Amino acid sequence: MTPDIILILVVLTNLRLLGASRIGASVRTVAVQGILLGLLALLAHHGESSSSVWLVAVGGAVLKGVVFPWLLFRALRSAEVEREVEPFVGPIASLLAGVAALGVSLWLAQRLPLPEGAHSSVLVAVALFSILVGLFLIVARKKAISQVLGFLVMENGIYTFGVGLVRESPLLVELGVMLDVFVAVFVMGIALFHISREFDHIDTHELTTLKD
Amino acid sequence: MRATSFIHPLLALVLSPLMLGVINRTKAWFAGRCGQPVLQAYYDLSKLLRKGAVYSRTTTWVFRAGPIVGLAAVLEATALVPLGGEPAPLAFTGDLILLAYVLGLMRFFTVAAALDTGSSFEGMGASREVTFSALAEPALLLGLAAVARLTGSLSLSGMYAAMSLETWRQAGPVLALVTAALMVVLLAENARLPVDDPNTHLELTMIHEVMVLDHSGPDLAFILYGAALKLWVLAALLVGLLLPVRTGNAWLDVGAALGGMFAVAVAVGVVESSMARLRLLRVPQLLVGAGALVALALILTLR
Repeated sequence: MTPDIILILVVLTNLRLLGASRIGASVRTVAVQGILLGLLALLAHHGESSSSVWLVAVGGAVLKGVVFPWLLFRALRSAEVEREVEPFVGPIASLLAGVAALGVSLWLAQRLPLPEGAHSSVLVAVALFSILVGLFLIVARKKAISQVLGFLVMENGIYTFGVGLVRESPLLVELGVMLDVFVAVFVMGIALFHISREFDHIDTHELTTLKD
Repeated sequence: MRATSFIHPLLALVLSPLMLGVINRTKAWFAGRCGQPVLQAYYDLSKLLRKGAVYSRTTTWVFRAGPIVGLAAVLEATALVPLGGEPAPLAFTGDLILLAYVLGLMRFFTVAAALDTGSSFEGMGASREVTFSALAEPALLLGLAAVARLTGSLSLSGMYAAMSLETWRQAGPVLALVTAALMVVLLAENARLPVDDPNTHLELTMIHEVMVLDHSGPDLAFILYGAALKLWVLAALLVGLLLPVRTGNAWLDVGAALGGMFAVAVAVGVVESSMARLRLLRVPQLLVGAGALVALALILTLR
């Protein structure tokens, strides 16, 4: 029952991201989602709480819930970004697209052949939904920072998938993935800063018109 | 049909203006005022009923029919909604769709009467009302559909009779989502903050008030009473989900539900005291958000 409640909260954070109009609110929502996924990783392995499970869950929660928001807020401050999200697709249309994506991912999750011992089909659906929402955020938002957030949400979806399908994935793999994401966010933060210093904004839409 | 099923409609007829009084008293308490008497809505109604009505020469029968049809529609809605585990006097398979459309009929006639005056000002309110309710209605219907799916009954009385604490234990998240969405629908449909400000008479901000500006006397009384009953009906839907008290004694169950009704009134008062009205552009976002919540709830019940 409890993992289901956390999964529903993850879906709600995704919907909140689709409807958010302030970047600060979006970053905080992604942070909450990271902490929720840490809790999910702990609860999904109920009973067999080895030290590696704890390490991955707590490490993930700290990284996604504290370190990433801090890095992103620092990048926002130094790049002096305006607070609006600036979407290509408005919040209402985004929310409706989100509901449609949720339906599609539940439909898909029920048809996917899952291995033995996998958790509920809701978990797979939520994983697919997070991946779709992440993709949508990357495509439908103008600012580079929103695309970093979209990337993080996609990674969260893949993480959820891993929690659901693999009984106990090797510690090294999990840590490696987390390190990759950490480096990616770090590099994106630096790239953000340089884009904004060079062009006075982080609007990726404008970058498409650049010529050499 | 049992005699006890008439308890709720009678209570609604007598007590619904009291809910407005409770909301106003809560707001006054938050603002540190004494506030108007709890029975103020009754005084207003009796005053209005003793007055005569003034009709503009440009209006037709539609304007006169508006308040009467609206009151008749919401009276039918009152007869459809159960409270405290007792079945409603009118109950049949699929009555939840009738409920949504009876409320829609009431809104349609209010809007038609507002347009009939030919005032551009009332047309503005009518257009806002229709825009927002077009988004609130799917949320209401989908929410009721989720509960219907959960309890396996397509009649409001059956749905609410099947609700119990056990249902909350089995499908708590679904019910919590539906409850949250129904609360938003209640605030939007009854022209409450954060969607509409019931106090203001400033033209740019109001929705419901602007549509009834030209009504006077008994017509205005019908509209006020209809609005109070509509608040009661939607609050009863909410309380039936939130407080499924089933002791077996009809009087105790209805008493608990009545307490819940006035708790909802206090909650509305608290929301109104602690929030500002949303910008008009933001309101559709709130309503679509409520729709997304119930869509999620419905999807969760369908799996």
